[in-house]
Amino acid sequence: MYGKKVKLRFFFVLLILFILILSVFLILKSLEENVVYFQSPTEIKTLSEIDKKKIRVGGMVKTNSVSVNEKEVKFIITDLKNEINVTYSGAIPNLFSEGKGVVAEGYLKDKNFFLATKILAKHDENYMPPEVKAALEEK
Amino acid sequence: MFKYFEPNKIYSVTSKAPKYVLMLFIIILSIGLTEALILSPEDYKQSHSVRIMYVHVPAAWISLGIFSAITFLSVIGYIFKIRNFFLISKSLAPSGLVFNIIALVTGSIWGKPTWGTWWAWDARITSMLILVLFYIMYLVAWRIYEDNDKVFKATSIITIFGIINVPIIKYSVDWWNTLHQPASINILSKSSIHISMMYPLLIMTAAFALFSILIFLMKYNTELIKIKNKGLDRL
Repeated sequence: MYGKKVKLRFFFVLLILFILILSVFLILKSLEENVVYFQSPTEIKTLSEIDKKKIRVGGMVKTNSVSVNEKEVKFIITDLKNEINVTYSGAIPNLFSEGKGVVAEGYLKDKNFFLATKILAKHDENYMPPEVKAALEEK
Repeated sequence: MFKYFEPNKIYSVTSKAPKYVLMLFIIILSIGLTEALILSPEDYKQSHSVRIMYVHVPAAWISLGIFSAITFLSVIGYIFKIRNFFLISKSLAPSGLVFNIIALVTGSIWGKPTWGTWWAWDARITSMLILVLFYIMYLVAWRIYEDNDKVFKATSIITIFGIINVPIIKYSVDWWNTLHQPASINILSKSSIHISMMYPLLIMTAAFALFSILIFLMKYNTELIKIKNKGLDRL
């Protein structure tokens, strides 16, 4: 039905697409460590050695773990399996709160202690008016 | 088939369409903005900054949609040598680029009070930035090649390279740890956005889509006039 050239061009496009998908997949696979924005406490626990480089740890701020004094803020990041203690001094984003997502940037002292130089609040995908939130909590 | 279309016939329709699209756009946009800025409730967590989402999310959707459309048209146009499809793609691209930039800028404005940073090199944000680069490459290709055959080939290749990025943008938040939150609106499963916030979002998406169509029609008409001036009755 279609000419030979049309078919040729069709297979050419398919070939390019196939090679591209394969190469992008391989590149992303090998760069996985750098593509992730943060690591979870569990991933920190399984590290073979502690890196001196700046890293990011993300998870949930453990409920009742935040303590504030004049110099610093201390809290625990948990992924519900493992935990890591974080110490930080500096400005905290408004949305930082217990039971919510957080990403801390800084240095590992050891596998249980993290010295943060920057704190980012992670927002989740839930959007609702305050009344609905209150009604949900009553249930 | 499409190959033997007549610019004059198309032009007689597309030259009249913009004023109706503009009227509809203004109506839908005013409804959307009223809903988004005044009538919709504030969020329980981020309060009024949620309203940035009503611009951010539709802009991101439209920019992804337009890039997908451009790729589809360019590839089909390349395989079957349909020159009209390339003109449609060319006319669609500028509004895609503009909405892509709007999505990045509004995201940044939202990120500062919410996350505590203007910019983060996470997978979602970086892949959106790469899409901007592809839009720019695509538009630049149209400028630098004089020869039609060359420009058709170059733009097809650019869109094929760029389209790989589109599923990466969509699934980046599921595949990797990102600072950006996962999708709130899901077609297959339950959405995690309250219905009172979903309506303004969808109306704003319709408004932005109409705006893209408006810009597209204006650009496309210019292309048709150029062809008519060259004295060609066919592409």
